[in-house]
Amino acid sequence: MESLGKYFIFLGSLFVNRETFKTYFKLTIDECVSIGIGSIFLVSLVSFFMGAVTTIQTAYNLINPLIPDYVISLVVRDMTILELAPTIIGVIFAGKVGSSMASGLGTMRISEQIDALEVMGINSASYLVLPKILGTVLMYPMLVILAGLLAMAGGYLAGVLTEVITATEYVYGMRFDFNEYTVTFALIKSFVFAFLVASISSYKGYYTTGGAVEVGQSSTAAVTQSVIAILLADYLLAQLLL
Amino acid sequence: MIKIENIKKTFGDKEVLKGISGTFEKGKPNLIIGSSGTGKSVLLKCIVGLVKPDEGLVYYGDKEFTHADRDLKTEIRRQIGMLFQGGALFDSKTVEQNVMFPLNVLTKMPEDEKLDRVNFCLQRVGLENQNDKMPSEISGGMQKRVGIARAIVNESSYLFCDEPNSGLDPQTSILIDELILEITEEYNITTVVVTHDMNSVLGIGENIMFLYKGHKLWEGNKDEIMDSGVKEFDDFVFANKVMRKLKKMD
Ligand SMILES: Nc1ncnc2c1ncn2[C@@H]1O[C@H](COP(=O)(O)OP(=O)(O)OP(=O)(O)O)[C@@H](O)[C@H]1O
Ligand SMILES: [Mg+2]
Repeated sequence: MESLGKYFIFLGSLFVNRETFKTYFKLTIDECVSIGIGSIFLVSLVSFFMGAVTTIQTAYNLINPLIPDYVISLVVRDMTILELAPTIIGVIFAGKVGSSMASGLGTMRISEQIDALEVMGINSASYLVLPKILGTVLMYPMLVILAGLLAMAGGYLAGVLTEVITATEYVYGMRFDFNEYTVTFALIKSFVFAFLVASISSYKGYYTTGGAVEVGQSSTAAVTQSVIAILLADYLLAQLLL
Repeated sequence: MIKIENIKKTFGDKEVLKGISGTFEKGKPNLIIGSSGTGKSVLLKCIVGLVKPDEGLVYYGDKEFTHADRDLKTEIRRQIGMLFQGGALFDSKTVEQNVMFPLNVLTKMPEDEKLDRVNFCLQRVGLENQNDKMPSEISGGMQKRVGIARAIVNESSYLFCDEPNSGLDPQTSILIDELILEITEEYNITTVVVTHDMNSVLGIGENIMFLYKGHKLWEGNKDEIMDSGVKEFDDFVFANKVMRKLKKMD
């Protein structure tokens, strides 16, 4: 409870005594590039296979001859957009980006780099963390869109190659009774998850004390707590918005 | 000039500073000395506001710092240059970017002027042509020197150095000490140096404060250290063989 309060105070401190807009702009672009490049390969790989596996398993479960084949790709589509792309990729993203944020900031803390910024009269929290949050919130939704597309492509390839579904039926199912709101919902989720991962991981890293061991601990705690936050938020958003 | 009054700091149940007062004068190096773990770094951090003292006041000129509002604090801090015990270089930036950093955030200097200034400072600490190295690619002593260059680049009015020559060879140490002395006198700034190196004490100790277990036990200059009359201080000074020999010769 106390650390929750400290977390909100931390978030508040990001917005006082800031540097110029130009400074943040440059830092944010840098973060975007490093976050994007850092996670694009893993995200692509995971989502492609996720789509492929979902297709095969759905086909395996739908053996009833009364259910038309296109239902397979329809299920794949809805699962991908609603849950797999934003949430599962979010968990992976927390492991990849969250841990590196926390350990990066933790190292800066224990090697007195954060103190060095403070002595220069810079609000170190804002200077270091705000660009990370902005960069993540900008990049993660794009990664989710990419993940969704790749998952569907992966499903297509797996389905057609193993001949559990024809190409025409796969595409038909993809378009059948499509509700655009699911995409909006997925994007809202990705914004929220991105914010949670970036802010929680930064918070954990920023308040590291001690030495190298503690940096490792912060980084693990950052991932665990980000994942828990994602799952809670996932549940709450589903209740509120669906 | 910096004045501190009755600085106290406790971490958990460990009383680190037990009421330290003193004055650090302008235009000459002020030394804080004492053995390892006596609270020298903590005192320095209390003075620059990285650690909030439980009690006590810090005056920069006539402005009180510990209770100052955010704007005044920022204003004072922008005149502070500090060298940390471990160098504290930004590890994602090159040597040049590290030294240029204070200029980027604190001034509106044009790009080529900044570069000139950076090269000038790097040259003063004896590090030419290392501009594009990363901190991880240079030795610990070189990192220290880059740290000094970064601390002086903005021509600050207050310079704090936490063990500027630990980990350096005797020759480089002397160069660094002379550099600190030169800068202090030339720009007439207030310099506070934490050290436990007797060489530095003898070389630049114009105003020395000796800390022992959280207390200030002695104060004076380098000519007075031989006969301080304080047992703990004698133990500290004459732990050094050369100093013992000197004493005998007297
Ligand atoms: N943030 C902190 N939390 C708890 N204890 C601390 C903290 N910072 C310093 N201490 C304790 O305060 C004491 C003094 O530490 P300090 O770093 O000031 O020593 P020092 O005089 O600079 O020693 P050295 O010459 O080895 O650098 C140490 O016992 C240290 O454990
Ligand atoms: Mg120290």
